[in-house]
Amino acid sequence: MVERKVMAAPEVRRAVARLASEITDRLGDPASYALVGIVTGGQTLAARLAAAIEAGEGTRPAVGSLDITLYRDDLYTGLEKPVLGETRLPFELTGTGVVLVDDVLFTGRTVRAALDELMDYGRPRWIKLAVLVDRGHRELPIAADFVGREVETALHDRVEVRLVEHGAAADAVVVCSPEARP
Amino acid sequence: MIGKDILGLRDLDAADIHRILDTATRFRAVSERAIKKVPTLRGRTVVTAFFENSTRTRLSFDLAAKRLSADVLGFSASTSSTRKGETLMDTARNLDALKPDAVIIRHGAAGAPHMLARAFPWSVINAGDGINEHPTQGLLDLLTMRDHLGDLRGRRVAIVGDVFHSRVARSDIFGLTKLGARVLVAGPGTMCPPELAELGVELRHTIDEVIEDVDVVMMLRIQRERLGRAMMASSREYARFYGLDLDRLRRARPDVLVMHPGPINRGVELAPEVADGERSVILEQVTNGLAVRMALLYLLLGRGAGEGGDA
Repeated sequence: MVERKVMAAPEVRRAVARLASEITDRLGDPASYALVGIVTGGQTLAARLAAAIEAGEGTRPAVGSLDITLYRDDLYTGLEKPVLGETRLPFELTGTGVVLVDDVLFTGRTVRAALDELMDYGRPRWIKLAVLVDRGHRELPIAADFVGREVETALHDRVEVRLVEHGAAADAVVVCSPEARP
Repeated sequence: MIGKDILGLRDLDAADIHRILDTATRFRAVSERAIKKVPTLRGRTVVTAFFENSTRTRLSFDLAAKRLSADVLGFSASTSSTRKGETLMDTARNLDALKPDAVIIRHGAAGAPHMLARAFPWSVINAGDGINEHPTQGLLDLLTMRDHLGDLRGRRVAIVGDVFHSRVARSDIFGLTKLGARVLVAGPGTMCPPELAELGVELRHTIDEVIEDVDVVMMLRIQRERLGRAMMASSREYARFYGLDLDRLRRARPDVLVMHPGPINRGVELAPEVADGERSVILEQVTNGLAVRMALLYLLLGRGAGEGGDA
């Protein structure tokens, strides 16, 4: 296993700041939409984005979390089932704009599951997608509206977003490859 | 570890039980949404095979499977070919030919679910086997107690009534002792024989000997068919020594929880004012039963199936 650090703490910080300002530029008044983080990495990023948007605009957007486990299409692997996280949408979803937030965009299957789950909770006015890292290899016709960084990866690489909130010593984005790349 | 089947709380350890209860609390949220359904078990088939009568357990499993988007089919003893003399194994082979993913079984013979679990690839959930176990009832009781009391270690729980013939009581005893609670049982000698002490419980003779210092009092349903026979004299006499009425409840701790697996014999084991009173959590038990059954279907289905999939 070979690790390649593609973003260190300052780059993660700048990427979050840039995402926050792009969201503000495009969506305007933070009271008009909500940030919904996909459990667990997206949840942390949604909280950071909300803080950054509040710092710039003086208004904090509503923040929610979405655990998509029950909507996944790969639960029948014969392995132990994932631990369920909490879905919390503490605002009126119907009629509100939603920015879905995730740490890594890969196949697009997580986003598909998140869209289905959100629709079961209500009828948002629109849904956009913000991700810290887009690593490519989409299997579904899904694209992000806001991207912190595009990272080139091989299909079998694993991309880890390590954040201090989850116990990392410092923020970092690391690509783990099964073997050394030329 | 939680595997393919849930046959009894005897087989689970404390970590397994907490995992199931934690998962169940997540599933309670699904039942509070406007759309009370998730697609998790779409295309999976769940069979409810009830060789003994049941209303609430069967309805609860039925709804649990439906809220997870599974297809559910069921039969009960009165409508099945067991009436025509078909053996359990033949019935099960016919079920197997329909390719179910899980079979929920209630049977009068202790060990019937275990036999099917060994013989077939699908998940088996025991919904009550003879006087052995009723694990989903035990789990919903534990969830209800944990909601109110938090950590159950050192808590005192009284189980009153026909403990010996009660599969609910056995599952409760296994679960409670694994989570570190102390269990006291009280009932007529025919229903609480000394052998029960082998399960790690303390025996008492009447409800008055347990009511004053317990956190929970679990009142078992008295099976009326046992009344008026050798087991005990009459429902009036039973109520006098083992029934929970307001006078006795006043002597209990003010925050005691009154539980009952249902259906209640009002005026026998539970006075109506107690069953409907503010210490009763009987309807919470029903709500928790649905969540526990959803959790088990989620945790079990597809385990060991190795169908592949992508991350």
